[in-house]
Formats: sequence, C-alpha cells, structure tokens
Amino acid sequence: MISDESVAAAVDAALSAIAAADDSTALKAARSAHVGEASVLSRLNATLRDVAKDQKAAAGKLMGQARARVAQALAERESEIVAHEEEARLEAEFVDVTALPTRARVGARHPLSLLQERIADIFVGMGWEVAEGPELESEWFNFDALNFAPDHPARAMQDTFFIDPVESHLLLRTHTSPVQVRSLLSRELPVYVIAPGRVYRTDELDATHTPVFMQVEGIAIDKGLTMAHLRGTLEHFARAMFGEGAKIRLRPNYFPFTEPSAEMDVWQPNAKGGARWVEWGGCGMVNPNVLRSAGIDPEEYQGFAFGMGIERTLQFRNDLNDMRDMVEGDIRFSQQFGMVV
Amino acid sequence: MRIPLGWLAEFVDLAPGSTIDDVHAALVKVGLEEEGSHGFDLTGPIVVGEVLEFIEEPQSNGKTIRWCSVRVAPEGQTAADGGEDVRGIVCGAHNFVVGDKVVVTLPGAVLPGDFAIAARKTYGHVSDGMIASSRELGLGDEHDGILRLVTLGLDPAVGTDALSLLGLDDQAVEVNVTPDRGYAFSIRGIAREYAHATGAAFRDPALAPPITDASGFSVVIDDDAPIRGRVGATVFVTRLVRDVDPTRPTPPWMATRLNLAGIRSISLIVDVTNYVMLELGQPTHGYDFDKLSGGIRVRRAKSGETLVTLDDQKRSLDPEDLVIADESGPIGLAGVMGGAATEIDSSSRTVLVEAANFDPVSIARTARRHKLPSEASRRFERGVDPAVAAAAAARVVQLLVDLGGGTADELGSSYSQHDAPAPVELPDGYIAGLIGVDFTAEEIRTSLAEIGGQIVEVDGGLVVTPPTWRPDITHKSALAEEVARIVGYDRIPSVLPVAPPGRGLTREQLLRRQVSQTLASSGLVEVMAYPFLSQAATQLFGSRSGEPVTAMRVANPLDAEAPLLRTTLIPGLLDIARRNLSRGLLDLALFETGLVFLPEPGVVYGQTELPPGGARPSDEVLAELDAGLPPQPRHVAFVLTGNAWEKQPALEARAVGLADALDSVRQLGLALGVDIRAVQGSHPALHPGRTASLTVGDVVVGVAGELLPRIAEEAHLPRVVAVAEIDLDALIALSPREIAVRPIFGLPAATQDLSLVVPRTTPAGEVSAAVARGAGPLLEDIRLVDDYRGSGVNDDQKSLTFALRFRATDRTLTAKEASDAKLAGLAVASEEFGATLRD
Repeated sequence: MISDESVAAAVDAALSAIAAADDSTALKAARSAHVGEASVLSRLNATLRDVAKDQKAAAGKLMGQARARVAQALAERESEIVAHEEEARLEAEFVDVTALPTRARVGARHPLSLLQERIADIFVGMGWEVAEGPELESEWFNFDALNFAPDHPARAMQDTFFIDPVESHLLLRTHTSPVQVRSLLSRELPVYVIAPGRVYRTDELDATHTPVFMQVEGIAIDKGLTMAHLRGTLEHFARAMFGEGAKIRLRPNYFPFTEPSAEMDVWQPNAKGGARWVEWGGCGMVNPNVLRSAGIDPEEYQGFAFGMGIERTLQFRNDLNDMRDMVEGDIRFSQQFGMVV
Repeated sequence: MRIPLGWLAEFVDLAPGSTIDDVHAALVKVGLEEEGSHGFDLTGPIVVGEVLEFIEEPQSNGKTIRWCSVRVAPEGQTAADGGEDVRGIVCGAHNFVVGDKVVVTLPGAVLPGDFAIAARKTYGHVSDGMIASSRELGLGDEHDGILRLVTLGLDPAVGTDALSLLGLDDQAVEVNVTPDRGYAFSIRGIAREYAHATGAAFRDPALAPPITDASGFSVVIDDDAPIRGRVGATVFVTRLVRDVDPTRPTPPWMATRLNLAGIRSISLIVDVTNYVMLELGQPTHGYDFDKLSGGIRVRRAKSGETLVTLDDQKRSLDPEDLVIADESGPIGLAGVMGGAATEIDSSSRTVLVEAANFDPVSIARTARRHKLPSEASRRFERGVDPAVAAAAAARVVQLLVDLGGGTADELGSSYSQHDAPAPVELPDGYIAGLIGVDFTAEEIRTSLAEIGGQIVEVDGGLVVTPPTWRPDITHKSALAEEVARIVGYDRIPSVLPVAPPGRGLTREQLLRRQVSQTLASSGLVEVMAYPFLSQAATQLFGSRSGEPVTAMRVANPLDAEAPLLRTTLIPGLLDIARRNLSRGLLDLALFETGLVFLPEPGVVYGQTELPPGGARPSDEVLAELDAGLPPQPRHVAFVLTGNAWEKQPALEARAVGLADALDSVRQLGLALGVDIRAVQGSHPALHPGRTASLTVGDVVVGVAGELLPRIAEEAHLPRVVAVAEIDLDALIALSPREIAVRPIFGLPAATQDLSLVVPRTTPAGEVSAAVARGAGPLLEDIRLVDDYRGSGVNDDQKSLTFALRFRATDRTLTAKEASDAKLAGLAVASEEFGATLRD
C-alpha cells in the first residue's frame, strides 16, 4: 500500500543501503535490492494503478519524489565510488620512473661519418657538390694525371698500397685527389666539388697514424679564381667548423698537383687549453698539368684545391689523444657521440 | 735535412742572438717545415786538462783504477768551476799516458742523459771531476777508453773550454725538404733560403774556390740506353790528390758538424766527401786511384754483370743501372753507392775525386731496384745543381790538402753537357691573376732576382731564366709561387668565391645518409673496419655457394696474413665484435657501410701501359682505364649478438637472433621505400636452418642468418651471432623514384580470422601470399598471428592462423562478402599447398 510511512521506510532502507555501499559491487547490489524489479519501491510503484483516482495524483507524486531521491543518491554514490576507485587504481599503478625497463637498444653513428657529412653540408651550402670515386684506382688517376712524374720521389713518398701484380698499375688511392680529376673530366665547367672518402697509406697504426683513413678534398675550377679565393673558402669553412674566431694561415709547401702550394694552419679559437694554431692540411692553385690531364686549357681556366684528414680534424676538434680509438670500433667511442658530432 | 747553426752562419748572417726556434721560424716562412732540433745536450764546465801523474791501484773487484793528478787550469789560476788548478781524479781507463791532454768534466757539468758531474767519493778517493770519453761527450761510440786530444791532432792549452774546442756547443735545426727542392739538401741551399726569409746577406760557398781546370784523366760518357731520352750523366768532374794520409784524424769541428747533421764520422777521406756533400749538396766520391785500371767509362750495366758495393753486398746489375766502370768492369753504382774494389782504405795514398751529375730518374730507379736509398741518391733523385760539381771537387781537394796533407795534382777531367735552364715567360698581370695580390713590379723583380733568376724585360712582361739549382721552375706558375712566398703568403687576402647554384646532395647520397641514420636510430652502432682480409676469411664468408672466391690482392700488405681486399663486410664486423667482446662489451649490434671489391673470375684488371700525364687521354683510353677497375659496390652489413636488452625489474633478458637481423633489414627497407622479403636461403658460413635470402621482387639483394655455431666457436664468438649483408647500391637503385599513392577509404572494415592446416615444411610466407592472392582486392591486410603444432594437428602438419582485414571502397561489407573472400583465399591455399580449414 502506498502510504507516507511505507514509502518513507522503503526510501530510508534504500538510502542507508546506498550509503553503506563502499564499492561498485556493493552499490550494484544495493541498486538491485532497492530499485530493481523485485524491490519494495518497484512493488509499491506497481500498486499505483490500483490507487483510487482521486488519490492517484498525490500517490504518484509521492512515489516520484521517493524514486528520484533514491536515484539521485545512487548517482551521487556511484560517482563517489568511481572517483574513489579510480584514485585507488592510479595509486596502485604507481611506477618508479627511475626503474622502468629499457627495451630500445642504443645505437650511434660513427663520428667520422658525421663529421664528413657536416663538412659536405657546409660546402653544399656554398653551392658546391659532393663527388665520389673508386677506392681501388688506376695509377693514372692517382699519380700521372696529378702531375706526379713517374720515378719522382713524390710518388715514393706517398707510401702506396699497390695491387698485385704491380704491372697492372692499380693501387688503393692514396688521397681523394683522383676524384678531382674524374670530376674535371666528367663535369661541365665551372666545377666546384668536394670529395670526401677513404684513402690508404702504408703507415702502421699508432696514436697519430692509421693505414686507412678519411680525407676530404675540394677543387674549384673557374675563370679568374685566385689564391685569395682559396683563402676565402678555407676561412669560411674554418669558421663553420671552429667558430667565428677561426682563421687560416698559409705556409709555402710543395705538392705535385698544385703550384703555388701551401700548408694550411687553422686558428682554433675554442681549443681546450686555449686558442692555438693547428696544422690542418694542404692546398694550392691547381697545377696547369693537372688541368691539361683533364683536357682543360690552363690559359682559360684556373682554380684551387685543398685537402685535409677527417681523423685529424676530429682529433684536434674534439681533443682526442689516440687515433686508434677511431678505428678499433669499440662501441663506447661512438656511443659518446651518439648521433651528434 | 739537419743544419748545424755554426755551419749555416758561415754562409749567411744569422740575426744576433738567434735561437733554434728563431731559425725554425725563419725557415718555415719560406716553406721549410720544422722537423726537430739537435744538440749535444751537455753543459760545462768542461775543459782541457793535462795528466800530470797517476798511480795504478788494483781493486778487490779485479779492476785496476788510476788515481790521477790532472792539471785543469794554468798554474796558480782558478779552474773553470772556481776550484783548484790541479785535481785528483779516479779513472778506469788505461789508454793514456802522463802528459796527455784530455777532456775533464768538472763538478757542475752535465753530460748527455742528464748525467751530472760532482766531486764524489769512490775507490777510497774523492774524485774531483771526470776524464771523459768520446762516448760520454756524445761524440761517438768509441769504447776504447778516454778521449786523448792528441788523436784529434790537437794540443790546446790547459784550461781551454773543451765545448767550443770540439764544437760541442753548436746546435742543429732539422727541416723537411720537399721533393722539388733538391738544392735545399745542402747548407748552401738552406743558407740561401734563410737569406730569402730574413733578408740577410748570402755568401755562396760554390763561388769561393778558384777553379783551375784539371785534365788528362780519361772519362767517357757512353750511355747507349738513356731513360726517356735523358743521358745518364751530364756532368763528370774528376780531380786527383796525391800523398794523402788517410789515417789522419778528422778535425773535431768537422766531426761534430757531421755528427749534428746526422752522419757518423768514419775516416778523414770519407768524412771530407760527406762534408762537401752536406755543404754544397753535391755528392762526391773518392776512389783509391792505385786500385783503378785505366780511365773511367760511365755506361749502362751489361746483363750478367755484378758489383760488390761498399756495404760488401754483391749485387746483380740490371741493364738499366748506370755504372761507373774502368777497364776491369763496374766499380760503382753511379750516384747510389761506390764499389768495394776501389774503396779508400788506410793504405790509400792517391785519391781520385769524382763530382758528377746524374739523371734523377735513372738514379731513382737504381736506388729502388737495389733497395739502396743513400744520401747521394736522395739528392740526385731530387736534382743536384749541375753547376756546382767543379766547386765541390775543388773543395774536396782543398780539404784533403789542408787536413790530409795531400798535394793537388794536375790530372783530372771536366765533362759538362748539362742543358742550360730554359727561360720562362712571365706575362704582366699573370702573378696578380693567380695569387690575388697586386705585387709591385719591383717586388716581382726583386723576388725573382733573389732566388737567382736572370730577368730580361720584354714587351708585355718578363722572361726569367731560372738558376741552375732550380730545375723545378719550368712554368710561370712556379715563378708566381716564388714571388708569393718570398714576399710572404700573409699578403694574400681572403675573398669568398661565389659558386654557381648547386644541386645539393645526389639522391644516392641522401638515401645513403638516410640508411645510416635509420640503422643508428634503430639501435645499431656504426663502425668502420679495415678492408683487408685473410684468404681463409674471404673464402669462408665471401662465397654464397662454396665456390672459390676471386679477390684483389695487395702487393705490399702491412699484414702478410691479410693481403686480400674484402669481398664482404662480415669478417671485418666480426673482428670488431670480437674486440668489443674481449673488452667485456657483450651485447652488440654493429653496422658498417662501405665498399667491397668484387673482381670477376678470369678477368685481368689494370693496364700494363698508362697514358702520360699532362694531356687528356682519348675517350677510349679513359674508358679502358675505368674498365680496368673491378666492380666496387657499396654494401651494408650488420652483426648482432648477446641480448637485445638485459634482465631488468619485471623484464627478462632477451637474446638476439636472426629475427633482430631481419628487423634491421626491414628498417633498412623502410629507409629506402623498398620492400625487402626474406625467403629461406643458405650460405656456407650460416646456420642451415636459420638463413634467409633477401629479395626485392626477383632480385636477390643480400643474405641474413645466424653464424654456423662451429664457425662462431672457432672465431671465439658466442654461439648465436646474427649477421646480414646487403648490396646497398643495388638496393638504392631499386628504391622507387615515384611512390604510387592509393586513395584512403573510411568505410568500416570487416575482420576475420582464418585457421588452416598445411604441411610443416610449407613456408608461412608463401601460404600468406596464396591466401592474399585468392582473397582478391577486398583484402586490405593479412597477418600471421599463430603457428600451432600439437594435439589435434598431425605430426607432419602445422596450423597457421591469419588475421584478415577486408574493406570495400564503395560500401560497407557484409559478413558474407568477407567470408566469401576469405574462403576464396583458402581455396587458392588449398590448391597450392593442400591447405585445409582447421575446425
């Protein structure tokens, strides 16, 4: 029978059961027990149709209010429990961020490769292109075309690895200069290229020598290029590599493929232990005979060339004592650099 | 080249107070790079003493010492160290007598090796200084007792400073002489360069002695086979000196200069010839005239001829060798080394002096052929001033007269057919246009005159005749270099040239970078191995199917065990892996990109004849040069071993294997936009059941697998080492230039699983491909999710489960349409592999 008392009792019972529920399972049980089909409230509600017409409105209002109160309590309790349970769950999901497992392996580029790419990018930024060539070369490209006369001591000084049989005139290139000749033969003038790559000399491995190393050489052939352009190019390069304070000093030297030839020193402004001059490489104005080897008229075109060791550059740039670290492949060496040089 | 400063100062004024560093700084400005410095490394007081008396005292150790009384200062005067004029000194040597003048190192002196002299108690006496031997003074290796000054022909006053007496206070700079500057292999040449650097006055020693022509000695130049048309000898001067006493000592000033210059003092006559060579750059030779048979003939050797050289080696001569011969046959290898038969010895009295000029190429080849690089050949190879021979011969004669007591004879010869230096035209403006500096006409003329050039002004420029000692100056660019270096490279300004617009890196260069970046990002460490391999490693890893490998061989390898150029990157990576393992780094994932050298069997590479330099070869010849090189493709390879990750909280360690290598292969494919497929493969060095052949379409691009455990064990590697190697050039060539893009559709997908049973030997990848083909265009994706073997499936079968995703482009698929497509896929798999649906 719907009466104030019976409805209030059912509501009270429902509210206390809801209040007592402290997790979603208990709340579900309370919902089933107090608003489910078999619940007192549902059964009372079902009796509405038996209520006399004149009392129907009042009884309906009473039931409606009662059910609304219970539903609201349920909703409130539910959101409390959800919030509480979520909180508990988050708490349970706490991890020590300093002890999470690492699954990704740590890889690394070799710093010499990265430095070589960096150098290439500096020149590409100036409009130069990057040229390549074979490491096993014909003696013609490595020596004859570069104005190394046969039997000249300059040839013997290159400490060359020859390919068997030596009469085949094949060798492991002693510098990347053959690429210069190949570029002059295959490209249209003017030519502005750099040639990074591996070269070979019969030096035993020690702290400052390795029989296999990397070089980068540049050559520019155009109308009207002078030694001042050589210096300008080298200084731009030096500043990109070593900072704004870097500059170039040239000292007379001899190379068969350039005349005049110069040894270049770079002023390294940020060297560990103080700014200093460091020997960096060789350079000069391309010898007319080299141009003739490539079919270029030296009366019309001239230009400059330069070259330096990438190992040596990395060595003084990063203050490394021992060149062996660069060639032995100990992963700890490359991992210090990671992906950055 | 080492240059004693005292010697240098004879021909050029050194700036007052010049130190070794100052001289180096001057020389480097003109292109003579610093190599080092040398000195005797001792300091005084070191004086001349006279042995007044001694007592021999036998010792318990069996030795007998001499307790000497030595006068070290004139009577009544204070000695150089401030002490008494007569000292008691203990001496272990016995080669001296009372009255001998000796060298006494007084307390306070320091000898080479930081050997400080002090008064010290020894053998029951206080020894107040030391009587020095040649060796202790750093003068030589003499073992037979102390230095008696009488043996050097010296009788100086007691108390004389022995350092300056013996020249021990001099020092030498050492510079690197570039191969175009033969003349700088002499004190004369260096003095000239020092004068260029500093402006100091140069006194040419080659001009000094008056030259009287000697004649009458027969010298015939008979070169019937000049190399490249160049006659072997162009200058040949001989002079005779009689009555030389070859046993006379070399004076100490000469011995110490030779010593500082890095040449051992041997005997007076040899020392004199070496001294003149160092001074003037002209190698000279002395023959024992009494051992000569008749006159001299300079000719090529005949085949079968032999010669015993001064080092007592019997040498078989080559018909290309230039020899000095007399009537008995060859008596010397011209410009390289003299012969033993006519060698000066202690009984020689009459010396025939030779100063000649030989063809650099001929000398270079002979020195190389006989492995006899000598001081003489080094100079001839680089070019000796042809005008200096007569002066050098005269200087030797003068020194043998002055020091050896000889008499100059009229007999001699002077043959000279050397080409005069060719004049070089220097158009106005050329130097400025090459160097980028507007040198004044005065600067240009002065610089060229200073290096010895003869200058004639002509219309539009200068004509410069280089000096005889500069055979390297044959082109106006060499003149430009001379002006630039004499004025100074510091004058050259800095101007950045503007290159025409470039095209950036090539596609191949960019893709190669992308490959390396991707592999490093996916956890591999880049390394670079040397490309030299042993025969065994080449055969083991370089062959896909076990057939013999063809490889290029280095004629002069550093390691005789590893003379071959790599045909594969794997062995180098394994070496690096082993090095890391030996250092306790056990978890390794390495990669390398680099060239391999792949000659084809039976092909002969290279050329026996090369085109000359200095002229462009024809296109045909250039094509031949390129065809003479073996293929050198760039490969990429990986080696993985150990764990992908170590044990960690709540995570077990995971060992790497072939799957990791294939993961990296996939990464590589992604980097290039190429779909690399793995199919079952084989390789003699790899596990027969764990090897994949890597293909793109129909092209095999590489191989991946785990090392055969036996091979891993022999190589001291862990049992599981996964490797892969791919032809990177081939892969880049397969990288798509344009990506075919399909539209993306948003209609709902239908997913279905398909479990089927196939024979165990059927590769899952092929079943998957068959299902996909059968399922048709509705199939969007197929993935293998399970491979079940066990109860419910026959022992020779396996059950594969695939997850399939279907989607249509124009409608939402019904379940039936998806099922029909799936069954169509099954039908193809059934037809091709006998696959049945699993219940």
